[in-house]
Amino acid sequence: MSRDSRKPEPQQPSPRAPRPEATVSAVEMGARQREISVSEFFTKNRHLLGFDNPRKALLTCVKEAVDNALDACEEAGILPEVIVKLEVVSNGEAPPPPSQASRFRITVTDYGPGIVRQQVPRIFAKLLYGSKFHRLRMSRGQQGIGISAAGMYGQLTTGKPVRIISRTSARTPAHYFEVQIDTKKNEPRILEKKQIHWDSHRGTQVTIEVEGRYQKGRASVDEYIEQTIITNPHVKLTYITPEGETKEYPRTYHELPPSPREIKPHPYGIELGMLLKMLQDTKSHWLSGFLAGDFSRVSPRLAEEICKAAGISPRKRPRDIHGHAAEALYKAIQSTKIMAPPTNCLSPIGEKAILSGLYQQIKGEFYTAVSRPPAVYRGNPFVIEAGLAYGQGLKEAAENQEEKKIPLAEGEDQEGNHELARVIRYANRVPLLYQQSACAIFKSVLDTTWRNYGVAQSRSALPAGPMVILVHMASVWVPFTSESKEAIADYDEIRKEITLALRECGRRLGTFLKRRERAQSEYRRRNIFELYIEEVVEACNRLKGGRLPTGKLKEQLQKIAMKRTGGEKTDELLGKKGGGPEGLPHSIIVTPEGIEGEVSVPIAEVPPETIPPKEATEDDEEAGEPARVSGQATRQATDKRKAARPTRRVHRPSSAEADFGTAPKGSGRRVGRRRPKPQRKTTARKAADRPKKRATRKRR
Amino acid sequence: MAQTQRTKSSSVERKLIGVADAVITAAQRRQDPTLLIPVRSLSNVTFNEHKGLIEMGKGKQARSFFNVGMAKKFMQTVLVADALCELQRADLTTSLREIYYRTKHTIKDSHENTFDTQDESDPVIEDLEVSLEALREELHVRAENGGSVVGSLVLVDDGDRVDCAKLGKGGYSVPSIVEPEYLQIKKCTADFVLLVEKGTQWNRLSEDKFWRKYNCILLTGNGQPPRGVRRLARRLHEEKRLPVYVLVDNDPWGYYIYSVIKQGSINLAFESQRMAIPKAKFIGLSSADPERYGLPRNVGIKLNDKDITRARELLNYAWFQKTGWQQEIKRMLSSGLKYELDALANKDFQYLTKKYLPRKLKEKDWLD
Repeated sequence: MSRDSRKPEPQQPSPRAPRPEATVSAVEMGARQREISVSEFFTKNRHLLGFDNPRKALLTCVKEAVDNALDACEEAGILPEVIVKLEVVSNGEAPPPPSQASRFRITVTDYGPGIVRQQVPRIFAKLLYGSKFHRLRMSRGQQGIGISAAGMYGQLTTGKPVRIISRTSARTPAHYFEVQIDTKKNEPRILEKKQIHWDSHRGTQVTIEVEGRYQKGRASVDEYIEQTIITNPHVKLTYITPEGETKEYPRTYHELPPSPREIKPHPYGIELGMLLKMLQDTKSHWLSGFLAGDFSRVSPRLAEEICKAAGISPRKRPRDIHGHAAEALYKAIQSTKIMAPPTNCLSPIGEKAILSGLYQQIKGEFYTAVSRPPAVYRGNPFVIEAGLAYGQGLKEAAENQEEKKIPLAEGEDQEGNHELARVIRYANRVPLLYQQSACAIFKSVLDTTWRNYGVAQSRSALPAGPMVILVHMASVWVPFTSESKEAIADYDEIRKEITLALRECGRRLGTFLKRRERAQSEYRRRNIFELYIEEVVEACNRLKGGRLPTGKLKEQLQKIAMKRTGGEKTDELLGKKGGGPEGLPHSIIVTPEGIEGEVSVPIAEVPPETIPPKEATEDDEEAGEPARVSGQATRQATDKRKAARPTRRVHRPSSAEADFGTAPKGSGRRVGRRRPKPQRKTTARKAADRPKKRATRKRR
Repeated sequence: MAQTQRTKSSSVERKLIGVADAVITAAQRRQDPTLLIPVRSLSNVTFNEHKGLIEMGKGKQARSFFNVGMAKKFMQTVLVADALCELQRADLTTSLREIYYRTKHTIKDSHENTFDTQDESDPVIEDLEVSLEALREELHVRAENGGSVVGSLVLVDDGDRVDCAKLGKGGYSVPSIVEPEYLQIKKCTADFVLLVEKGTQWNRLSEDKFWRKYNCILLTGNGQPPRGVRRLARRLHEEKRLPVYVLVDNDPWGYYIYSVIKQGSINLAFESQRMAIPKAKFIGLSSADPERYGLPRNVGIKLNDKDITRARELLNYAWFQKTGWQQEIKRMLSSGLKYELDALANKDFQYLTKKYLPRKLKEKDWLD
């Protein structure tokens, strides 16, 4: 903008048509022109921030508060623990049922670092105030609009201030605030401020009262919470629904994601205007110093090179560069080959955590996760991760099997399942629930040829099947299509990475489906022969006038069938090799007999017999066992889960297994502690393990 | 006669029991039970120019039980054999559809049906026909009563005398089995047989009493003539020395109907011996007729892609290699149009009876 205004405007008076009846003079017009505050602007345009309708507004408020809580905890290095509470508010009368209510009180509590007293009002009651806008670091929030906009929305619809309790440590007192936003000045107005007693030693609690609508289903608060848990398995979350139900989501991954580092902008990512601004603002005295100091991946030598290419002295004062010189500099930067930005500023979720999250939240038979290597769009580094859960869950599958037992009439079909896949999208670990079709992720899913991987897909539609596709984009700056952060903009580089990740997931799914199909067809092969033998023998008997020794013929045929189909051997031929279950890396396969693959849920006690042998892989060696933060709690949680899922068997990394081999029989052992590095198994050991494996596994 | 029939039917029964024997013997020898079935496709037929017949080659295809792709087919074959044997023993005849229903059931302890549609059982019956070298009539399977006959012909069917000259314009419905055991030709004074593709044109001719004026027998098969009609025409041709003329639409399918009547079909090449009439003549509608009879271009129909492909295929068949036929088909292709017999009504409702056929017969304008 500043660039445009600086450009010389054509000043010569243009020949004008005779002026129409002047109604307003320039002076009068001038009197009317005045500054618009950001807050006023957003009051009128609240849909830009995601407050278009009451239902979405409720979700946005919860989302902003939770995002802030998680960001704060992670930055402070605290494993997040968040409580979300929704209450129906009524004016004296008996509260209406949640589905009918129009006013809600949202309370989000975290046990994070807390906020220093002086900052509280501005954080919650000043738009565009925050810590995240000015630095290039991966975080959920970006602009510093979210929570204050939520507060403003509450103020607008209910007139109630935002109430905050915050405490930074056990030694300092807790502070209570009631703040409102002055929409004209975009400044906080403090209504109440006092010290109070608060049970928690540190943390923040935000309470906003808003007009909203609570409705379950797609794009609801409940869905948001569930999806958040999938990509944030390190979060312990308690959700108290408006109905008063308490939903506990225990922590399933006990490591804090590595803290992302802040980076300087990459030269490819800036525009001319931005460059001009940086030239003005820099503390460097020389141009070369400015280039090397204020950008990432620009070495002093490279800076000299750029200056030379632009024809500007490296010793020139940055503040003196404008106009043509600046443009030349900009062009020189764009045409110089510069290394891609560093990627340690990103903190991807990681394949294991995605797997863990999917496995916990979504029922299925097959799970896989892919993390792409970092890539760059417009100078911003980003990482794409994709996950996929396929299948119906064992119980549902068994039920469907039951239904199919009825004899089919002519023209009847066995497959009645035409459900489409569900796409869940994330940006910096935050679920995106609206504007699916505008999102680059959704478009990439549509463009992927899922048919190649054995999944049905109609033209320009989602793939069909019991499937959940998860895509996460982690970046220092996620390009959203709007301020309400609902859809990722469609950059070619981003599309390409998403597509590659999806294809890898697809390939693994294809392999899984093919193998399962093969295993089933092998089974079916023997099975159809058994079925048909019956038929053939009966028909032969009738042909022979009922005088055939049917038992003998049947037996003979069965023997031939067994010989022809490879008999017992087929089970072994389908054996598994390679890293993950059935050779698929970063995947989990659930079968009625158990679970194959790495589930990073600490299992309290596993009898040694149920641990199947597995080849040690590099992956396993690298992966440390999750740190046990609160042993008792997780153990209880696991026990509960164990009860919920009927039979389960977990492939632990072989490090654990080496110990099991020597453990006295029957003694329960604990998995979950760090164990000495495993040695590669010897052949003798493998051989000893085999029979065990067969004993525990029955082919379907 | 009765004696021969008994032995014949029991020989078919023995052949059917042979299927079961093949399974039992193979099982005893620990071998995969296998049936050899002659291949029924273009690759396995040859055109015998001397006899003017399509003959089946020696190509056979093994259908074995313990092969995933064939197991079901094998099981179905044995089931159908069983059903056919049941017919033999009870001395009943039945239809293809009834065989399908008779053999259809859900296999024990599964949700799989032995047959899902009739499309699965029909080819199995044909397979058995071919591999056992038994005619369909001998297997006691009848096709639909697909055709009609009218003319100076007296038949005896099940002891009833049927005078085809006294059956009004509806005529006599040709049964699917017209073997001498079931249907005898008592008297025939006609001069020739006219086999019409379409029932509508047959009705026209029958209504106009064309057969009386030109002393002929009118036959129709309503499209591709069923076996009964073909066999009856063959018998009239063979036993009564009547020439056979075929009147079909001017399109590739019409040509093929003619060729089936004349040389036999690819699918049932083994029956050519009994069914084909190598001396049958193609009387119309020829691709030269529109011009000769002044049919306007606007009553033609544009050839679609399927028609063109089919016509090109016909051009390559050994039995369409005569110059006259190559010209005929190429003329149709180059005009890009096909004509239905019905199009003749454009000139006059009775054009077929009064002008077209009389002129054709007078000019002896037909293709061989």
